[in-house]
Amino acid sequence: MEMVKLTINGKEIEVPAGTTILKAAEQIGINIPRLCFLEELSSVGACRMCVVEVKGARALVASCAAAVAPGMEVQTHSPAVMEARTTILDLLVANHPLDCMTCDKMGACELAALCYEYGVKQSTFDGEKHSYPLETSNPFIIRDMNKCILCGRCVRACAEITGQDTIDFINRGFNTKIAPFFDEEYVESNCVYCGQCVSVCPTGALTESQMAGKGRRWEYTKVKTTCPFCGTGCNFDLCVKDDKLIGVTSNPDAPVNGRGLCIKGRFGWDFVNNENRLTTPLIKKDGKFVEASWDEALALIAKSLKEIKEKNGADSFAALSSARCTNEENYLVQKFTRAVMGTNNVDHCART
Amino acid sequence: MTNSINEITNDAQLMLLIGTNTTEAHPIIGYKMRQAKRNGAKLIVVDPRRIDLAEEADYWLRINSGTDIPFLNGLMHIIIKEGLHDKEFVRTRCDNFEALESTVKNYTPDYVSKLTGISEEDLYAVARLYAKTDRAMLFYTLGITEHICGTQNVMSCANLAMLTGHLGRPGTGVNPIRGQNNVQGACDMGALPNVYSGYQPVINTEIRQKFELAWGVSLPDKVGLMIPQMFDAANNGQVKAMYILGENPVLTDPNSNHIRKGLEKLEFLVVHELFLTETAEYADVILPAASFAETNGTFTSTERRVQRVRQAIEPVPGQANWQAIMAMSAELGYPMDYNDPEDVWMEMAFLSPSMAGITYERLEEKGIQWPCQSCDHPGTACLHAASFTRGKGLFQGIDHIPPHEVPNEEYPFLLNTGRILQHYNVTTPYSMAIQSMWSEEYSELNPEDACKLCVETGDQVKVSSRRGTITARVKVTDRVPPGMIWMSFHHATSPTNVITSEGLDPTTKTGEYKVAAVKLEKV
Ligand code: SF4
Ligand code: SF4
Repeated sequence: MEMVKLTINGKEIEVPAGTTILKAAEQIGINIPRLCFLEELSSVGACRMCVVEVKGARALVASCAAAVAPGMEVQTHSPAVMEARTTILDLLVANHPLDCMTCDKMGACELAALCYEYGVKQSTFDGEKHSYPLETSNPFIIRDMNKCILCGRCVRACAEITGQDTIDFINRGFNTKIAPFFDEEYVESNCVYCGQCVSVCPTGALTESQMAGKGRRWEYTKVKTTCPFCGTGCNFDLCVKDDKLIGVTSNPDAPVNGRGLCIKGRFGWDFVNNENRLTTPLIKKDGKFVEASWDEALALIAKSLKEIKEKNGADSFAALSSARCTNEENYLVQKFTRAVMGTNNVDHCART
Repeated sequence: MTNSINEITNDAQLMLLIGTNTTEAHPIIGYKMRQAKRNGAKLIVVDPRRIDLAEEADYWLRINSGTDIPFLNGLMHIIIKEGLHDKEFVRTRCDNFEALESTVKNYTPDYVSKLTGISEEDLYAVARLYAKTDRAMLFYTLGITEHICGTQNVMSCANLAMLTGHLGRPGTGVNPIRGQNNVQGACDMGALPNVYSGYQPVINTEIRQKFELAWGVSLPDKVGLMIPQMFDAANNGQVKAMYILGENPVLTDPNSNHIRKGLEKLEFLVVHELFLTETAEYADVILPAASFAETNGTFTSTERRVQRVRQAIEPVPGQANWQAIMAMSAELGYPMDYNDPEDVWMEMAFLSPSMAGITYERLEEKGIQWPCQSCDHPGTACLHAASFTRGKGLFQGIDHIPPHEVPNEEYPFLLNTGRILQHYNVTTPYSMAIQSMWSEEYSELNPEDACKLCVETGDQVKVSSRRGTITARVKVTDRVPPGMIWMSFHHATSPTNVITSEGLDPTTKTGEYKVAAVKLEKV
């Protein structure tokens, strides 16, 4: 592999040819800010937050798209760079509602984080503002296009991860907007509600409906787990607050799926909170179910199974285990059937 | 799967999909296939329905339902005739080539084309493309297995992959995509009537003795009953008590009236469930179950990857399922002694060579794909690299087996069933968000037939088979060919499995969900 030597902020570094300046900087622990760039997606160099100063270059260079060159001297946080970034943020904020105190993205908003870092409180420009209506017509994704900074991550995620091509840039200039064809709402489009767009959006423009008003992002505990729906084995984070499930968010380190999920994995979790969940054992008396304690229920099970086994033999019992339950639960069901009940009559719906 | 999911985007040059609607049933795998196709891999879709991936495919072969064996034999016929098979692989890694050759000789393109409805031209093109591509992955799901000849369909897929040497390397393989999240794991754990965990046969004396020693009891040496046999036995009074964990056979199993009758006849039924399901209604005792968010443990995905399930909230019913099963066992005089699910895993791994090297600690980051025999084994991304389980791969000459039931004058339509994107067997109907948009069955019907029946999208039709009648709304679409109605099985208001066929694969006892004869009437 051909290697390239350069210096970043005075530090010498050697990286494979073709590496971008942004990635090279990361290798020596320098974080260059970015809004449109995301590891898993193609780079477009649109937001210009990642600009750096390259000695001898006529203008600042977008580090997410520019490859390193031998002998390059890069400054990632020089005064010119800092000023350019502050101006970009200032312009973005000029047309961005500053209702951060009630925004569901607060705490995970990359725009807010950068404004904090660069000390941008409000805009020095006083321009026209959008007043798009909030789109809440589907039960999964809230779209607030007033908060969109046109980074295009959602467009690329839709095209490059899911391949659905539902959304794109429409209109020009000030009226540029991200939308499905003909500026329809998601419900009218071919959207499959994988929610990839939500998972990559750096601002509050796209948020999860189910999580709205349920808590601030820093209040959640995130628990990495495996999807309970199909056999693909996607991983994601369960968001928990006060022992209650609030939602699912992507975990970029998931080995199989990365950030990608489907409608079931990302939005189907709320069956856990369904009010019809059984919470206590039930015993049928005169054709009706009545609530019982665990002890009562277990005692009745033990008595009945013992009697039936004594009278009719072990093979009069059969157990159906579950392709939806964990390995450990399945192991215990087969052990129970074999070791306790004394029969090999155990199976599960392997065939559906 | 013999191979791994990420080989789709990293290695494969061609994907051959037979009977798998991947973007709906396994969306992330389907999305990866679409990525691979757009990055230059070839895509061949064999399906009677014009599924989403058919739109992207280089070849979409609209095969007549239930003709997979002649189709696969037809491809092999051409491949052998043109000498495109991997002679080295066949000679060194496989047995019984002559049997295959003599069977497929009869499957001439002309004959196969008539049976399958696929043009001779497409048969030639696809056979050549699959055989000549170096790294080709074959995928299938229930479109292959849910037939009376499911076992033979699977063997035919294996025949094709072996014949062309598409096995044992990254970007190749025979890859059944398992439907439910842990169907792989439930099999691996021995929730099957013939094997303990790690596929160790219950009839093998040495193995049985190992488990007897570990569990401190004597164990039965006779293979147990599979699900359909259990319900037959319940119907004829041999099985009198059942314990059902987290399954709803009334809704999901074929011929549900038979299941209901069996459940009614039981003397005692315990159902361990999240919700009061159609099956739970028959219980004498219902134990409330904990969901995946309320327990620690592991799931094993379709690529044999064991991954952690982590408890996020306290169990809603107060006890996780492993605790409830332990308590039940103790009441019956056999106390089990586990502090947590990790203890259960350790015991299982100790007793099961193919998973012996897997510990919770090693699963932390990325999980591990079994086989993994020891703690320094990295796991296995690709099976059969050097040899097959039995040593050499065995070719089988397999002839066409028509479906159990085919449309006739009285029942002129073919009923095909499957999953839709938004739903998954039996939990998603309890997702308020999903249910608010997709709460009803919309059966797919071709415009030609809709016109004859005078129905439009949204109209109700009565669908009857020899076993019963249900009603459902139709969606008029050319996704399905004329003469077919396609239904999902997610909705209690249109319980499709009341009318599905009673035909079973005699080996696996899998129901023939993909073909039944029905008639339609406008309501
Ligand atoms: S909606 Fe979000 S991800 Fe999409 S362009 Fe706007 S800010 Fe970027
Ligand atoms: S997120 Fe979707 S594709 Fe991934 S495992 Fe869950 S159901 Fe399957």
